[in-house]
Amino acid sequence: MRKSFVRPLVAAAVLPAALLTACGGESTENSSGSGSSGNTIKVGILHSLSGTMAISEVTVKNSETMAIEEINAKGGVLGKKIEPVVEDGASDWPTFAQKAQKLIKKDKVATVFGGWTSASRKAMLPVFERNKALLWYPVQYEGLESSPYIFYTGATTNQQIVPGLDYLNKEKGKKKVFLVGSDYVFPRTANKIIKAYAKANGMQVLGEEYTPLGHTEYSTLVNKIAEAKPDAVFNTLNGDSNVAFFKQLKSAGLGDAEKMPVMSVSIAEEEVKGIGIANIVGQPVAWNYYQTTKGAVNETFVKAFQAKHKGAVTSDPMEAGYNAVHLWAKAVEKAGSTDVAKVKAAAAGLSLDLPEGKVTVDGSNQHVYKTARIGVIQPDGLIKEVWASDEPIKPDPYLKTYPWAAGLSS
Amino acid sequence: MESLLNQLPIGLSIGAVLLLIALGLTFTFGQMGVINMAHGEFIMAGAYTAYMLQDWAGSQAVIVALPVAFAIAGALGWVLERLAIRHFYGRPLDTLLLTWGVSLVLQQAARDIFGAPNVQVVAPSWLTGRIEVLGAGIPYARLFIMALALACVVGIWAYMERSAQGRRMRAVMQNRELAACSGVATARTDQLTFFIGSGLAGVAGVALTLIGPVGPSLGTYYIVDAFLVVVAGGLGQLRGAVIAAVALGMLNSYAEFWTDASLAKVIVFAVIIAFLQFRPQGMFVLRSRALT
Amino acid sequence: MSERLRGYALFASISLLLLVVAPAVLPAFRLDELAKYLCFAIAALGIGLAWGQGGMLTLGQGVFFGLGGYAMAMYLKLHDAGGDLPDFMTWSGVETLPAIWKPFSNVGFALAAVIVVPVLVAVVLGALVFRQRVRGAYFAILTQALAAAFVILLVGQQGLTGGTNGMTNFYDFFGQDPEAESTQRTMYFITAGVLGVLYLGARQLVKSRFGRLLVAVRDGEDRVRFLGYNPATVKTITFAISAGMAGLAGALFVPVVGIISPSLLGVVPSLELVVAVAVGGRYALAGAILGAVVMNYAKTSFSEQWAGGWLYLQGALFILVMTLAPRGAVGLYEQLRDTVARRRSVDPPPVQTPPVKEEVPA
Repeated sequence: MRKSFVRPLVAAAVLPAALLTACGGESTENSSGSGSSGNTIKVGILHSLSGTMAISEVTVKNSETMAIEEINAKGGVLGKKIEPVVEDGASDWPTFAQKAQKLIKKDKVATVFGGWTSASRKAMLPVFERNKALLWYPVQYEGLESSPYIFYTGATTNQQIVPGLDYLNKEKGKKKVFLVGSDYVFPRTANKIIKAYAKANGMQVLGEEYTPLGHTEYSTLVNKIAEAKPDAVFNTLNGDSNVAFFKQLKSAGLGDAEKMPVMSVSIAEEEVKGIGIANIVGQPVAWNYYQTTKGAVNETFVKAFQAKHKGAVTSDPMEAGYNAVHLWAKAVEKAGSTDVAKVKAAAAGLSLDLPEGKVTVDGSNQHVYKTARIGVIQPDGLIKEVWASDEPIKPDPYLKTYPWAAGLSS
Repeated sequence: MESLLNQLPIGLSIGAVLLLIALGLTFTFGQMGVINMAHGEFIMAGAYTAYMLQDWAGSQAVIVALPVAFAIAGALGWVLERLAIRHFYGRPLDTLLLTWGVSLVLQQAARDIFGAPNVQVVAPSWLTGRIEVLGAGIPYARLFIMALALACVVGIWAYMERSAQGRRMRAVMQNRELAACSGVATARTDQLTFFIGSGLAGVAGVALTLIGPVGPSLGTYYIVDAFLVVVAGGLGQLRGAVIAAVALGMLNSYAEFWTDASLAKVIVFAVIIAFLQFRPQGMFVLRSRALT
Repeated sequence: MSERLRGYALFASISLLLLVVAPAVLPAFRLDELAKYLCFAIAALGIGLAWGQGGMLTLGQGVFFGLGGYAMAMYLKLHDAGGDLPDFMTWSGVETLPAIWKPFSNVGFALAAVIVVPVLVAVVLGALVFRQRVRGAYFAILTQALAAAFVILLVGQQGLTGGTNGMTNFYDFFGQDPEAESTQRTMYFITAGVLGVLYLGARQLVKSRFGRLLVAVRDGEDRVRFLGYNPATVKTITFAISAGMAGLAGALFVPVVGIISPSLLGVVPSLELVVAVAVGGRYALAGAILGAVVMNYAKTSFSEQWAGGWLYLQGALFILVMTLAPRGAVGLYEQLRDTVARRRSVDPPPVQTPPVKEEVPA
């Protein structure tokens, strides 16, 4: 009998060692004890640092920690330094809910900055509402929500999608539009709004197609678009699907941005390179901020960020995350406390000069006034603003001020 | 009606992509019974090879990368076979878990080396046009992929059926012990089989840069489809893989045309389950009297 | 101490640890996390049964986990809505309650569906697939594709299922607030209790005549058939039991974590469960449970410390376990025990544990 004991012995040594390292982190748990210790105020940062969403969310985490460093460099808030507790949502919605719970209950943070996908926000929402804690959510989203325990510093639909449609319809005279989106909540809600808008504004929706998240085979969809012959495409695809879609659209000969512009609402500066600049140059996008946005505040922001992260670009969600931290800090100063109710009250009507311009918090729905900006993708991969709203648009998550949207938010 | 015809070449080109990603698997899975979940990451390695070669080959990188990616992905596969898989023959299900671990490591490595965002691979300008067939524009990129798939199939067929080493490979597949007794160096044959199978994944990766994203999660988008092709086609059956890939491509193309992309995927799956009811071992079966 | 006594002592001490020590020592949210791991452990137990004992590598347990979880979530959502439409339907543009939802307003129906639906699906699938002798790698890949298709279907039917968001924000769990600490504590005990009962049941099953038949099917399906048994029936029953366990685990997961969503059910989460079983030790039911708890714990605490590193560690761990200790942690323990025992005594060595075997496609 040939019996090797070396193998089991080696494994026996390695396995527990690996597990021990994994568990080793836990030792910090008891030492820190409760909440704000002495001279610091703890805040939570909860984004996906691993998994499919990490690409996008890590950059927001970076801009949020930079904002915290800036505030700390100026002495912090209420004379105390801000201490970020960073957690990984791991691109998994239940994990977001549990980590939110951990931040609130164990770390006793004053507030949390976090989330990207609608699914992660929906998963965290009950946790914050039950615990009467505060979440700052930094990404444009589908609207139809206004939780008293969430501040939304990204755009709601009337600050991004409606201006995007206005641009296609009124500036460019595009009347026949084809809707393409990934199969999840944001595109489906956005398209519902687009269809209502189209009906009231003399536009025609020629088709509405959804593909699974992570889908990469777009030849059939491109064929459907070619068949429908629209004036424009409204694109709510997410992530890697955009790469496949634009590559295949371009190689099918439908890449002419003048003849058939593809208006995207989920493609920011960081994604352009991966799509291939040649495949998307000249196409319009709708956001509230670009790296090229004019203003001294933005210049400092971009410079500071690029000093910390070489070769990085800045994008709308990053800026919204950065804004969230500054708005919260200002509100705390004004309230003289980190108490949630007091911070909420102090934040209402609060106004700050931030990279995208003047940002004001709307106390009635805890969204912010934002300037809508349509940009066009440049050969260098950056985005140039070609149109902007005259002033920051009042947030209207339920589209109550738009007659055509009646019945959408029932 | 016209667009209905257009779906025909589209189905063919989807089939070509499926075939290209599954070809390597008919080697490693079909011939050796190894369920290589890292196959997707070998595809990714091929795509990144094209990306890296842009520095000195410029816009022709995609062409230059084909042989290089074959060698690099093949070498990765060879290392994997030497270090781990050779201990696993006869335990195909364990190779699945093992190689899944490998695929996680490779994905994270790609993220650390190349960064999390997708990278840009510029297609050669002569691949950016399209030709009109039956009123439909077929992109050159798609034609290129079809031609590449065809070339790979012919190459493999010639190798398997006409070369001495290919004969040895088939012998090992059909009866490992008997082949060994007859003087075939089975270990060497295994290494070579794995090298070629993984190398083909690299070639597929280069081709995919023309139509899809190039990033750390690239492999995960294709791996399930690739296995379905092999399962539907039958283990180790080149003609099975070819027919299955084209059939699934057509099915996908028309199902998506009439319904939508989500439903098309579900339909394809349902059809495969139904198909396996009639042909539990796939389209073509290797006859064997071995008792399990 | 005899093998049997030792087994009982181990079970008793683990029960003590889970039911007395853990609730006394752990802070509330950690206890809640442990409850989550125990949910996964229930599903893992099913995998241990189907794969470890029966040789069926099922890579689609997420499907059954999801069926159970969604059945529970549908009831809770309807209950919360109190006659109105569930919240996600209003923002998905659904105007009347879909027919498939209606029976779930009945608590009895919903609770039965938690187990019955996954079992039925498994029986139908198993009957189709096993009768045709689809096995080994084919079965593994088929179940994996099933998981992929299931998630696409769930996500695509947003009005029915909540899409990627899944269902969350439950207010009333049988008269309790599911987020309240007392409810979470109760849920922990319920989950631990269910796990214990299922473990004992599974153990009994493995020791029974049926269990021996199952192992025989794993090690030589054709031979069993020649002996006059029908392996397809044996496999289908086992597969259905494991599906029922996964369904129950999913249903418990909903009140414990407060959400059910497709991200829990796809290819990767299903594979992670199997891998946890492999790490714990596939041939012992306790190994499946151990693996699920330890791997999920490691995942949580590790990603709190070093997010990217978890993938490296996880990958490296599988590679090491599969190459060096294919029988998992439990197998290692047994080998060590045997080695020590052999050195100590001059008695004949204990019966050699059988080598890792699995069916090889012909």
